[in-house]
Amino acid sequence: MAENKGVLIFCETKENKLAAITTELLGCGRKLADDLGQELSAVLVGSGLAELAKEAIAYGADKVYVVDDPQLKDYQTDAYLAVMEKVIGQAAPQILLMGQTSIGRDLAPALAFRLKTAAQLGCLELAIDPQSKKLLQTKPVYGGNAQAVLVTDSFPQIATVRAKAMTPLEPDAARKGEIVKVDAGLDPSKIRAKMLEKVAEKVEGIKLEDAEVVICGGRGIGSAEGFAQLEELAKLLKGAVGATRPPCDNEWVPAGAQIGLTGKIVAPELYIAVALSGSSQHMSGCSGSKTIVAINKDPEANIFREARFGLVGDWKKALPAFTEKLKELLAG
Amino acid sequence: MNMIVCIKQVIDPEAPPASFKIDPAGNKVVPPQGVSPVIDPYAEYGVEAALKIKDAQGGKITAVSLGTNQLRDIVKKPLAMGADELILLEDEAFDGGDSWSTAYALAMAIKKIGEYDIIFCGREASDWNAGQVGSGIAEILGLPSVTLVKKVEVAGGKAKLERVTDEGYELVEVPLPCLVTVSNEIGEPRYPTIKGIMGAKKIEPVVWKPADIGVEASQIGAQGRRTKLQKLFQPVREGKCDMVEGESPEEAGANLAAKLREVKVL
Repeated sequence: MAENKGVLIFCETKENKLAAITTELLGCGRKLADDLGQELSAVLVGSGLAELAKEAIAYGADKVYVVDDPQLKDYQTDAYLAVMEKVIGQAAPQILLMGQTSIGRDLAPALAFRLKTAAQLGCLELAIDPQSKKLLQTKPVYGGNAQAVLVTDSFPQIATVRAKAMTPLEPDAARKGEIVKVDAGLDPSKIRAKMLEKVAEKVEGIKLEDAEVVICGGRGIGSAEGFAQLEELAKLLKGAVGATRPPCDNEWVPAGAQIGLTGKIVAPELYIAVALSGSSQHMSGCSGSKTIVAINKDPEANIFREARFGLVGDWKKALPAFTEKLKELLAG
Repeated sequence: MNMIVCIKQVIDPEAPPASFKIDPAGNKVVPPQGVSPVIDPYAEYGVEAALKIKDAQGGKITAVSLGTNQLRDIVKKPLAMGADELILLEDEAFDGGDSWSTAYALAMAIKKIGEYDIIFCGREASDWNAGQVGSGIAEILGLPSVTLVKKVEVAGGKAKLERVTDEGYELVEVPLPCLVTVSNEIGEPRYPTIKGIMGAKKIEPVVWKPADIGVEASQIGAQGRRTKLQKLFQPVREGKCDMVEGESPEEAGANLAAKLREVKVL
């Protein structure tokens, strides 16, 4: 393989546009490529997405590899793995970035092992080491209790990045870039795990990951009825309701509501934590929130170390009053 | 149905955050005093997935655990939950590995076990949260893999799985043998029964050394790493929480609303 050079972004799409995570990765990748004095390229894998190449250029890419094939319409591990192996053979990047999504989390480690290199998943920060020019990959470990800076010895250095950890550039439609078509050359018999059907989760109201306001309840909420009160507040603030692990295990809320290392990762403007202690495993799912507000009867609860505003008291009494007062203030 | 579950002994992730300490000189975590280690909770989801299949159609479950100082009472938990055998890869040479060296050693141990239809791993482990060992084992053994799984059904030499996605889930079909990483959505792992705990006491784990699985010291543990840990640190918390008070919890609640409005958070 030729000398590895440049930064490559694996793009994901949503509703025929680049996904938010992809624009974030392009923003971060642009900076890394500039620091290295190298090129930023992007790879689009899918079906009928050639138009998006221009969008990737507008968001910072110098070159876009497009692998367009009806067999790539949906993500399937074996197919995407084969295609990415081919693209990386051609592009020979130093760095490959993907989103910490259900695709990136599947593809990055498998690809790393296939290419005999390593991946670091769920990174929060990426930087180029001024001396070695290697990628410094910072990610939470031990359920958010600590962070590790990891360096991959081999090329490409593969990392997945958490949502909302990076900032996209302002798209510039006048930016110029090169578009390279790559033939998928897929052998259908090599696709072992087959995706049969996609099932979209029914979400009433706003999706947890997209919400600007998240109301999260813990073990102390005590029942499904308790969570109905959090729903009322969420409705008022146009937010979404999440939970720590115990309410999910007890089926007071669906498993999909879980926030934390074992659940979803959110980074809203406002995070209202109700009757939860703030274990590290939970905090690693919400520590990117801009403002954390905590209501808990235990003044020693860890959540008060994380929160900007706190209330020590019984949520059953405090929360209805809080909601009522907000209604009044927001109406006025 | 022969099933293998990869498990791991870890520092209890539910231990109070204040008990978590790092030795900065050694870039190492200091095991908290007075807090017993546990089986990695994600691995327990893997055990639960295998047990659900065993409940439905029978089968044999072998748990494999890699590490040093593995406390027998802890690593025997899968047996107490209903697994049949426990193999420990236990040697100092296995220590200090990354996803590469760990996946390699586990893959070689699985090769030695020989007969398997499904290998289960947690989607990641609660200590390093690397999330790669499952996919790595699959690549090394040349098996198809399905990750982030919340439901498994096996019939006619195939597994039908529900894989959690960002939008919901997808239905995936894969021929056996395959590797599956299990996500928390599979549901809470069962508690061991008294009978299970008593039964587990009678099962002696099998201990394998590197030579038993045909690996060189250079391929495993710290020597087999492809990732360098440059720094391990605890993020500094600002710890500046404004406490909002009131004569009663109700009043405090109303005051909190007023405060958030005042500082324009809402």
